[in-house]
Amino acid sequence: MKIIVAGNGMVGYKFCEKLLAKSKPGQFQITVFGEEIRPAYDRVHLSEYFAGKSAEDLTMAPASWYADNYIKLHLGNPVAAINRTAKTITAHNGLTLPYDILVLATGSAAFVPPIPGVDKNGVFIYRTIEDLEMMTAWAKKAKKGAVIGGGLLGLEAAKAMIDLGITDTSVIEFAPRLMPRQIDDTGSNILKNKLETLGLKILTAKNTSAIAGDAAITGMQFTDGTAIETDMLVISAGIKPRDELARLCAIEVGPRGGIVVNEKLQTSDSSIYAIGECALHKGMVYGLVAPGYEMAQVVVDNITGGNNSFNGYDMSTKLKLIGVDVASFGDPFAEGTGIKTIAVKDTNKGIYKRINISEDGKALLGGILVGDADQYNMLLQACKNKLALPPNPEEVILGARGGEGDGGAGVTALPDEALICSCESVSKGQICSAVSEGNCETVDAIKKCTKAGSGCGGCLPLVKDLMVHTMKTQGKYIRNVLCEHFNYSRQELYDLVKIHQLKSYDEVLDKLGNGDGCELCKPPVASILASLWNEMPLKKGNATAQDSNDRFLANIQKGGTYSVVPRIPGGEITPDKLIVIGEVAKKYNLYTKITGGQRIDLFGAHVSDLPKIWEELIAAGFESGHAYGKALRTVKSCVGSTWCRFGLHDSVSFAIEIEERYRGLRAPHKLKSAVSGCIRECAEAQSKDFGIIATEKGWNLYVCGNGGSKPQHALLLAADIDSATCIKYIDRFLMFYIKTADPLTRTAPWLNKMEGGMDYLSNVVINDSLGMCEKWEAEMQELVNSYKCEWKEAVENPDIRKRFTHFVNAPEEKDPTVHFDNMREMKRAKEWK
Amino acid sequence: MIAEKTITWFPACNKADVPENGGVCVKYEDEQIALFHFARRGEWYATQNECPHRKQMALSRGMIGTQADEPKVACPFHKKTFSLKTGECLSGDECAIKTYAVKVENDTIYIGIDKDA
Ligand code: SRM
Ligand SMILES: Cc1cc2nc3c(=O)[nH]c(=O)nc-3n(C[C@H](O)[C@H](O)[C@H](O)COP(=O)(O)OP(=O)(O)OC[C@H]3O[C@@H](n4cnc5c(N)ncnc54)[C@H](O)[C@@H]3O)c2cc1C
Ligand code: SF4
Ligand code: FES
Repeated sequence: MKIIVAGNGMVGYKFCEKLLAKSKPGQFQITVFGEEIRPAYDRVHLSEYFAGKSAEDLTMAPASWYADNYIKLHLGNPVAAINRTAKTITAHNGLTLPYDILVLATGSAAFVPPIPGVDKNGVFIYRTIEDLEMMTAWAKKAKKGAVIGGGLLGLEAAKAMIDLGITDTSVIEFAPRLMPRQIDDTGSNILKNKLETLGLKILTAKNTSAIAGDAAITGMQFTDGTAIETDMLVISAGIKPRDELARLCAIEVGPRGGIVVNEKLQTSDSSIYAIGECALHKGMVYGLVAPGYEMAQVVVDNITGGNNSFNGYDMSTKLKLIGVDVASFGDPFAEGTGIKTIAVKDTNKGIYKRINISEDGKALLGGILVGDADQYNMLLQACKNKLALPPNPEEVILGARGGEGDGGAGVTALPDEALICSCESVSKGQICSAVSEGNCETVDAIKKCTKAGSGCGGCLPLVKDLMVHTMKTQGKYIRNVLCEHFNYSRQELYDLVKIHQLKSYDEVLDKLGNGDGCELCKPPVASILASLWNEMPLKKGNATAQDSNDRFLANIQKGGTYSVVPRIPGGEITPDKLIVIGEVAKKYNLYTKITGGQRIDLFGAHVSDLPKIWEELIAAGFESGHAYGKALRTVKSCVGSTWCRFGLHDSVSFAIEIEERYRGLRAPHKLKSAVSGCIRECAEAQSKDFGIIATEKGWNLYVCGNGGSKPQHALLLAADIDSATCIKYIDRFLMFYIKTADPLTRTAPWLNKMEGGMDYLSNVVINDSLGMCEKWEAEMQELVNSYKCEWKEAVENPDIRKRFTHFVNAPEEKDPTVHFDNMREMKRAKEWK
Repeated sequence: MIAEKTITWFPACNKADVPENGGVCVKYEDEQIALFHFARRGEWYATQNECPHRKQMALSRGMIGTQADEPKVACPFHKKTFSLKTGECLSGDECAIKTYAVKVENDTIYIGIDKDA
């Protein structure tokens, strides 16, 4: 049987793949005609081309795949005409071939509204790799950009503009809000605010009347009389199904375009099928890839002797638009009698969540998530599988607080048929059996075996939860080992290094590991050694086991220069010291900035200047600020009782005491602290790993707070304690953390994972439930006593100092590829491409 | 094909100039070459110093190690890893780096530069 496929896009390709999987060798002779010059590629991830992906990376399968499977592929040669009576097609180059079955997978084209001037240079559409290449070339000379369309595709195009470096971009939407089809007014407003903070200008309810300029675009005019300047425009206002072939041979098309199909995806000619974005099913054109894949499956099933039909498709989606999560599922707008809506809105964080539930509060009908769509998969499953909602349905969007995360409990509740990966239609049962029977014990293995997660990737977190859950139920212990060279967790390794008194990375590897190490195990082992012995990190061959920042005792920056951060305990600094910093910065041409940690960062130092800079700073009484290490950073302070009319105690003095006690202390991750002089909390102590707030009677000690991407408030560990008790508790707390946390785990996630949580922690630290406190206090005191400024050692030790050069064979020369730009009377790193 | 390649051996530095299990950057005319002493394996490697990911002159400052016995270097910027033997990117990207031959004679390290004859 002869099958011809017109169109080699995502759906046309998927059709071939599925047909091969289901047919016997030689059963079908497949010929594919594609209009584009390259084999089908992943259009969904087109924007990643700007982030460095090549055309090959995006390819679904190379040309050789078609040849290996006996598929004849004609690229750059579209089907030009169909002769339905003779059952032949004629291609653009004149080739005429007979077919038994013809599959139209011609996709869609960008819909370009008839605005005067759309043909000017600098006006683009965004659908193919060629479009991308043309945009990239033009963008080099463009400064301002605009996008027509505030829906999914328009926002993708806006992201492309930002990636092309055109940050001054306006998004123009005809409707009064963004993404009118997926989200409601409130959601759109939150999205709009978020996009505006990224620099995009959002113009809604705007109708473009003309595009200005001679040969090239210079601006746009709107029907309300306003205008903007722009030198590049991308039109992404919707899609227009490619139904021209069907029209030519009088196959039925819809009034607004699209090839009409029945539930078998047959057109008005029963030997001709239409699938993907060119098809019109019950008045609907599906502009997403998953329904297209489903259509391909239905046709394959039917022509290989099965019986399957296409019954519409759930349009739930989760997208990451310019870094902002947007999701809608089920019926996002459901309203009316009996339907209840629960919504939470946080304009500060830019989060909006809405769920629509049935009158009895038991069924989830649909919803919208903007800004944080972590719960999307769970909610979608609950909606599709009609899972009963908990008695307090608001918890579904507020998140269970503390205790068992909703992830674990959620996956168990799903039935085996629940569709986890909708791109590749993989069910929960298939994933679990890949783990239990197929022995897939990594997400990658599951991906290879079931294809789950190989499409948009949105289901990967759920796949991982299912894997972990299945392995646990099989009684498999999931060990958190460092990497292929060490079969131990960080905690196990810490104890072993201590027991064996090992002092260098090589000794640890020889005694406890295997092979030659790598970038995954070197930094944690180096950190364990530093936490245990507090020795100069660049000695005993340990320098090359450090991350670059620790190896050069400075943070590496764009372009390869480094930053210098001297310690300024508690944020207190004398005028003389300020002058020294200013003089050093001038002498070595450094960019200076006050940091968020109450100290001064000097940026843009050449590696060979670092020892000289530090020598001068040390001579003036400064020491390393450990801004580069997984170590104590700053102890912020507020001005406190010495000046402030509300101050209860001298918070600055206590902050300095704390900072000097724990300076240089190496830990699994960095440590931050702060001391506030009263409950007004000007030092933000409750966002720190450990924070102290003055009370009438003493100090309150808070622990396990975090800023960063998942902020978390610190929790009260002890109230109204005196300074000595406060320090004692901090000693214990820090030693417990250093000994037991996984690499790169701040105190907040460490606590979140701790069984028993805060109750357990306070039992250990205050009631000494492990009987370790005395030992920990003594160990901490040893670390405090053995503190030395490592920069002082580095500049005084000729062997270490000589490593601070760029060229080993030309030590006095600087890296000639380092360049700076000027900005506000100082310098900045040159932008990388 | 009779393409003749001759290797010029360029004396880069002394053995002691290179930290054990780490790298240094060598200047050769206008090129920057990263030279690594993989002391645990008793091996020497040289590659281009530029990381192809963001075009940063940084590979000599990266950590070296192995992945299933393949010696590799991790760029300090975003930890893309490259085989020291073949230059192939092991983090799944399309980019590869150039590698050079290295020989050690009397504690002097020589880097082999390909010159088309
Ligand atoms: C310089 C500074 C920004 C500024 O100009 O103000 C800064 C700069 C960097 N921060 Fe930060 N952070 C700075 C204050 C903060 C703060 C605010 C604070 O400390 O009060 C936070 C949130 C508070 C917190 O940590 O809980 C902060 C949260 C982070 C995070 C996220 C940590 C997390 O737990 O999620 C990272 C990433 C990491 O460490 O893995 C980070 C990482 C970085 C790095 C080291 C990124 C890197 O590896 O290159 C930046 C180094 C720049 C450089 O070359 O020196 N920086 N960073 C601030 C230095 C403070 C200081 O004096 O030491
Ligand atoms: C920038 C962008 C972002 C997107 N993001 C998402 C997303 O996040 N999620 C999602 O689900 N979807 C997304 N989509 C939509 C998704 O890409 C499409 O749904 C999918 O590509 C449709 O596949 P198709 O095969 O029907 O059409 P296409 O992929 O367009 O393929 C049709 C092919 O047929 C060719 N053709 C046309 N006429 C002929 C002819 N006469 N003869 C031979 N060949 C012909 C065309 O040149 C084209 O190569 C996005 C689309 C774009 C452009
Ligand atoms: S917030 Fe990000 S960009 Fe800013 S300093 Fe911190 S790490 Fe760098
Ligand atoms: S610059 Fe090397 S990994 Fe990014």
